[in-house]
Parts: sequence; structure tokens; C-alpha cells
Amino acid sequence: MGYKRVIMGVQKTALYDLHKSLGAKFVPFAGYEMPIQYKDGIVKEHISTRTHAGFFDVSHMGQFFLEGDDTLVEALEKTIPSDLKSLKVNHSKYSFLLNDSGGIIDDLIVTKTDKGFCIILNAACKENDIKHISKFLGKNHKYFLNNDLSLIALQGPKSVEILEKLIRGVSELKFMTGNSFNYDSESLYITRSGYTGEDGFEISISNKKVKKLIDFLIDNGVKPIGLGARDTLRLEAGLCLYGHDLNEKINPVEANLKWAIAKKRKEVGGFNGWSKIKDLLTNGSEKIRIGIKPEGKVIARENTKIFSSNGEEIGFVTSGTFGPSVNGPVAMGYVKSKFSEIGTSIQLEVRGKKYEGKVSELPFYKKSYVK
Amino acid sequence: MSEKKFSKKHEWVSLEGDIATVGITKHATEMLGDIVFVEVPDAGKSIEKEGQAAVVESTKAASDVYSPISGEVTEGNKAIADDPGSVNGDPEGASWFFKLKIKDKGELDSLMSKDEYDKFCKENPN
Repeated sequence: MGYKRVIMGVQKTALYDLHKSLGAKFVPFAGYEMPIQYKDGIVKEHISTRTHAGFFDVSHMGQFFLEGDDTLVEALEKTIPSDLKSLKVNHSKYSFLLNDSGGIIDDLIVTKTDKGFCIILNAACKENDIKHISKFLGKNHKYFLNNDLSLIALQGPKSVEILEKLIRGVSELKFMTGNSFNYDSESLYITRSGYTGEDGFEISISNKKVKKLIDFLIDNGVKPIGLGARDTLRLEAGLCLYGHDLNEKINPVEANLKWAIAKKRKEVGGFNGWSKIKDLLTNGSEKIRIGIKPEGKVIARENTKIFSSNGEEIGFVTSGTFGPSVNGPVAMGYVKSKFSEIGTSIQLEVRGKKYEGKVSELPFYKKSYVK
Repeated sequence: MSEKKFSKKHEWVSLEGDIATVGITKHATEMLGDIVFVEVPDAGKSIEKEGQAAVVESTKAASDVYSPISGEVTEGNKAIADDPGSVNGDPEGASWFFKLKIKDKGELDSLMSKDEYDKFCKENPN
């Protein structure tokens, strides 16, 4: 019998052929064949998002819908530390799923809908997330992952002007709110949000109509942007990437994301890992996520060891790259909390040599969200 | 200068007397994408054929640059370390990586001609 190579379960988004026609280079990402870059390359794609507008196919992410009575809020609040009870319809929050010890199972955006909630989940985590969430749900709750929908991020300063031409009213959305709109005799859902530090939108649209939307964007000068530039953009904006800057062993206090836990929830608790998190909120954590600016041009990539100026090993890098808008290297990582003050001198060990760096403010690049 | 010879690891070398100039190929830069960091060896360093000699990083990843020939480094190209992006512009010309005083001219025989290298790239697109 001959040997046959079978690639199991590699998935493609509805726009795969379009990416191909635009000259995309593909990489396997979370079980999907995704474009890492197009013809222009990462730096040009990054800059055109910051100065004009770019679109990103993020249809690999999970669009998870929950419906149910009042008990749904209580169920979700057991693992999500947001104030979901007070969340108004069409408003979104950045939050996480927490495990028993307060570790982050995934980070997410949760939006209150007419019937319940919509949660956007990371592609690599979505199956596991749904198993986790379903443990808290009861008979009166319905949930489903909608694979008939694509998700398109339109990001950059020109996004609003361009999208308003196609869909009247989107310019009225404020940051982290959304609404339903009509497009080509279908209803689609748009939120003003993103992962680049720029103004922009995330558009949830049927797989059938998505190509038409993209054709409009391309005709209006919007460039396709791959995962490569998505990474440099989010890192300059100081935003975490799950599986790198966040994982199940890191809690929101260590991740410097305590702002994302609702004030009321910090006091009253009632969610996974609360006793641990409460203790850390009072006493501080041993390590904490920081921004890092290496001196010179050297890039401190993931797993680079971090030392204090006295040579003590104090932490490690979780994300690091070249920031095209910063025009220099940028990184994030975890250090012992006493070394986390902005401006602290640190050393980064790259290929066996130590390079100087400094603890830096996040974001590296200032945002321009519409509030 | 002699005609360029090419390695399977996408370096080129050209010889003038017993001094070899080494760089990375146009094809290599196209695979790497935007180059954002370069480290070149200092003069005086001895390098074996196929030994690690320099570093090139794109926005995506770091890669080693190997020397297609043995010798002692006479000069690293500081201009590309100061302006890594220039390597994308002229990789087989002004953006050479380092020069070596070679030990054994015979080592060049195992390298590919331009035509052989182009064919090699077509057959091994990644």
C-alpha cells in the first residue's frame, strides 16, 4: 500500500479565492489557511492601515451566539468578569473566560444583542471555549457558533468615510458599540471596534455577500491586510495576542488587564478565580506584563530572556517585532513586578548577547478611537 | 569581479583576486519580505564554508546567513546594518553582507551558476 499524505481538517474562509487572486501568501493558522501578507508586504500594509484604510479577513474567529432568559446573564458571569447585567443592547466589552484559578482561557469581545449575547472568540480557542461556556449553561439557554457568517475588520482613519458611502449610519456608531444595518437586502451587524489602535469597524456578514462588500472596499482604495501586519499593528497598539501574551496560567492582574474586570465584579466577585484575583488586586502580583523598547535595531522576539541591569534574570518576552510606525523594535513581556516601572533599564538576551532596553509605556502608538 | 556563484541557502558570492564578496539573493529577499534587522561579522573572524556568518531579520522571523566559502572576514557591510531596508532594494549589488579572504578557491566549484540557481529556485519555491 502506498503512502498518501492527507491534510486533516484544513479550513478555508469564504474569501480564500479572493485572497489568492490578490497575491496572498498563505500560512496555516489555527487550522485555517490564512493570508500572512499580500503583494505589498507587511510594512506597506501596516502603513496603509495607519494612514488610509485596510481590510482584514478574520472569518476564522468564532462568532458565538447565546440566547436565553435572565438566567443566561448569571450563567455567563460565572466565567466572564464583566458587568453583563448592566451591559446595554448593542454595547460591547473586552473581557475573558476565566478558569478556576483565574487563568485566562481566552480573551474576547462580548456584545449584548436583542436575544442575548454575541461573543467573538479566538480561532484557535473557539472549540474549547464553547465546551467551557456550555458547562455553565442550562436548559433555557441556546447557543451556536455561526459558521455561515464571515467577519471583516475595516481599520484605519479613512474607514468611516468609505463605509458610510455604502452603509448609511455607520459613522454614528461610537467605539465599542454596534448595530444592525441593511445591505443588499440582507441584515448585517457592524461594531465600531478593532485590533489595530485605529478607528474602524468589524463587519459580520453572510458568506454569500462578503465578496460583494470586499469588491466595494477594494474599488474604494482599501488594501487587503494579512496576519503579518495585523500582528505589528496590534503590538504597536499594546494589545495582547492569546497564546503568546496570554494563556491559561496567566491571570488578568498579571496581564495588566485589571481594567477589563468590572468594578462591581471586583468587589462582589462570583466568578471563576475571584478569590485569587481579589488577593492579587489587593497585594499585587509577582510578575506583570510590560511594554519593552529595545535600544537600537535589535528585535527581541518571543521567549527572549529579560535581565535586570544587575544581571538578574527577571522575565521573558511574549511578543516582539519591528514596529513600522514606531520605526523601531517593540516588544511585550512579563517581568518581576518591582522592575515594571516605566523607564526601568533592562537587558535582553538575543543570540547569546545582551542588548539594552527600557520598560516602556503601552501603547507604543497612540490610538484614535471615536468616543 | 568573477561571475556570481550561488548556494542552495540563497547566498551569492563573487571573487576578485582572493577576496570574496558575499550577500543574499534577490529570491531570498522576496521570501523574507521587509528586512528590518541585519547583523554582519566583524573583520578578523574566521568562517568555515556553510558556517553561520550573519543574521537577517524580516518582520516575520530571524534567519541565519551562511558563508558559501571558507575564509577570514575582511569587512562587514556596516551600511546595511544601519539601514536594513536597503537590502530589499539592491541585495545582489550595494547591499552585500561581508567580504572574506578565501582559503580555497576550489570550494567555489560546488556552487551553482546563475542559470542553475534560477532552476533550483523554480523547483524549490519555498
